[in-house]
Amino acid sequence: MNTRKSYIRPMEGWWLKNPFYIRYMIREATSIFVGIYALVLLTGLVSLSCGEASYNNWLVAMTNPIAILFHLIALAAVIYHTITWFAVAPKVVSPLFIAGTRVPDMFIVAAQYVIAILLYLILFAMVWKV
Amino acid sequence: MADNGKKIDIEVLRYRPEQEMEPVLQTYTVPFTDDMSVLQGLQHIKDHLDGSLSFRWSCRMAICGSCGMMLNGIPKLSCKTFLSDYYPGKLHIEPLKHFPIERDLVVDASDFISKLEGIKPYIIPKEPRTLEQGEYLQSPKQLEKYEQFSSCINCLLCYAACPQYGLDQKFTGPGVLALLQRYNADSRDDARSDRMEVVNADDGVWGCTLVGYCSEVCPKQVDPAAAVNKNKVNSTMDYFFRFLFPRGGKS
Repeated sequence: MNTRKSYIRPMEGWWLKNPFYIRYMIREATSIFVGIYALVLLTGLVSLSCGEASYNNWLVAMTNPIAILFHLIALAAVIYHTITWFAVAPKVVSPLFIAGTRVPDMFIVAAQYVIAILLYLILFAMVWKV
Repeated sequence: MADNGKKIDIEVLRYRPEQEMEPVLQTYTVPFTDDMSVLQGLQHIKDHLDGSLSFRWSCRMAICGSCGMMLNGIPKLSCKTFLSDYYPGKLHIEPLKHFPIERDLVVDASDFISKLEGIKPYIIPKEPRTLEQGEYLQSPKQLEKYEQFSSCINCLLCYAACPQYGLDQKFTGPGVLALLQRYNADSRDDARSDRMEVVNADDGVWGCTLVGYCSEVCPKQVDPAAAVNKNKVNSTMDYFFRFLFPRGGKS
């Protein structure tokens, strides 16, 4: 006769029980701000297509303290997400070999920061025409 | 055992299915020395305080993978963790999370075992070599592609760290996917296409949301999260190539 009676523990509130899970949930939650930011940008594009007056209205709306506060929060969320994204990149790429030795994970992470900074410098140079 | 007078309170989540409907906590006061592992603390309880306490162990040296449990909420091998790390506080021990509790600290690992069998965790060569033909040769570079994943000892700590496995037991999970990568990345193996079915399934690598805690808790530095996420790339490529060449590239 089978007398086994195993007990299954509930999962409620699992993500509050470990700081690692909390950081993971924050990472996932950054997508909400990125999503809203994309919608704000889209309304900007729509207002641009509607003519100069509506685009200027959108620009004025963007100077509202609430809009500025939102953009600061969204920026912080994107930076946090970027840091976590760069940190996991070595887990996604196949092992890289240069001259027979494996490239350490730290190099892959650092290379992304270098590339990102270079791209931003080029972008800023193009926008401000320095 | 040298008695230096130090005692630690160990609180154990106990479950005896014949007398309890759900687990209960029981605290034992255990004398210890600084060189004693948590496992030795449990053995002291079993030998001197309460012979009815059940837990798994075998090698005492972090290679058999039997004694994994939740120590103050974190999955660890009890043989590889010292009691003194928790002193003067209290040590709270629970069976590994996300597995059904069989009795006290013993969990039912049959789900893991059947998933492990499902990935054919052994080398399947394209053409078996005879003894006369000699061994299968492999370069250090070929070894490095899978060596890290071959350190897995099936201790299940990564499963106890994975909330996706806890929320949905159908997910293949970190340990099995790391072992899958261990064989797929081995130059002597030729069963990759069989194993890609497990990788590509909804419950395969795509059940992972890259929490990444599995790699943090691994006592053998296997990095299951890397194995799973490399296979997300492989799965995407596999899908793409099957889309381009529906008949496997043969006309």
